[in-house]
Amino acid sequence: MKGDLLEQKIIWSKKMAENIATIFQWLIFLGVAFTSIIASLLVITRKNPIHSALFLVLTFLCVAVLYLLLYSQFIAIVQVVVYAGAIAMLIVFVVMLLDLEQELRSGLKLFYSKVIGGLLAVLFLFGIIYAVVAKSPTGKMGSYTPDKVSANVKAVGEMLFTQYLFPFEIVSVLLVAAIIGAVILSKKRT
Amino acid sequence: MVIPSVPPECYLVLSGILFTIGVIGALTRRNAIVVFMCIEMMLNSVNLTFITLSRFLQSMDGVLFAFFVMAVAAAEAAVGLAIFVMIYRSRETINVDEINILKW
Repeated sequence: MKGDLLEQKIIWSKKMAENIATIFQWLIFLGVAFTSIIASLLVITRKNPIHSALFLVLTFLCVAVLYLLLYSQFIAIVQVVVYAGAIAMLIVFVVMLLDLEQELRSGLKLFYSKVIGGLLAVLFLFGIIYAVVAKSPTGKMGSYTPDKVSANVKAVGEMLFTQYLFPFEIVSVLLVAAIIGAVILSKKRT
Repeated sequence: MVIPSVPPECYLVLSGILFTIGVIGALTRRNAIVVFMCIEMMLNSVNLTFITLSRFLQSMDGVLFAFFVMAVAAAEAAVGLAIFVMIYRSRETINVDEINILKW
């Protein structure tokens, strides 16, 4: 009788721990989601491109936190390094390189074409939401469960160098082409 | 009582919202660098969709696709910003309404 009670208590406390973990997951998700939406709205409404770039960094960091919630640490780290580090730094650098005094005054002006474009984009969003909510995403289930994937990049590396070897090589060629293109474009004309 | 964990629909709707904000920004802003930032945001939200589906279908392909998208975005950033610097040098502006020399 006493052992039964103890067992029930253990099961109950395990369930409670799971519930608390889920509550924290929800709280982190909701906080990060609202922060990213507000930051991305600020990106498109700020007049100063530097402010836009800094809010863009905030959006990227929020998405990195979402990747962590989805158990893909590798992509979260790459997101912080490549997007929030390299690309945002490049954007800020170019904004500082260019003299955009007269650009600063042209903020978000509304014209007919822009209003129509925005309305079409919102319509598109409703289409996405309907498509997502009407039918939950299904597909062939793979074998990579979260506990198998979490905490190691070995799975990513194995797949990258076996099944996706050819695209990987193509990406390296693309990066070389991008480097050469950037150097040739920014070289002084002789 | 067991509280359900965050369903994939929430992540998908969030990435749809981010994509739409990026589309609106790319359509309404006239500064080429801000348009570029909006395009990066759209690529980022597509990455979020890939990762979400790869997590909930327990497959690894989405992670690798997101990786390739990031590589392409980095290449695009390098070349695109070099093009902006060139345009600014020759035309003194990067307002996308005034860059119309290719128009016939």
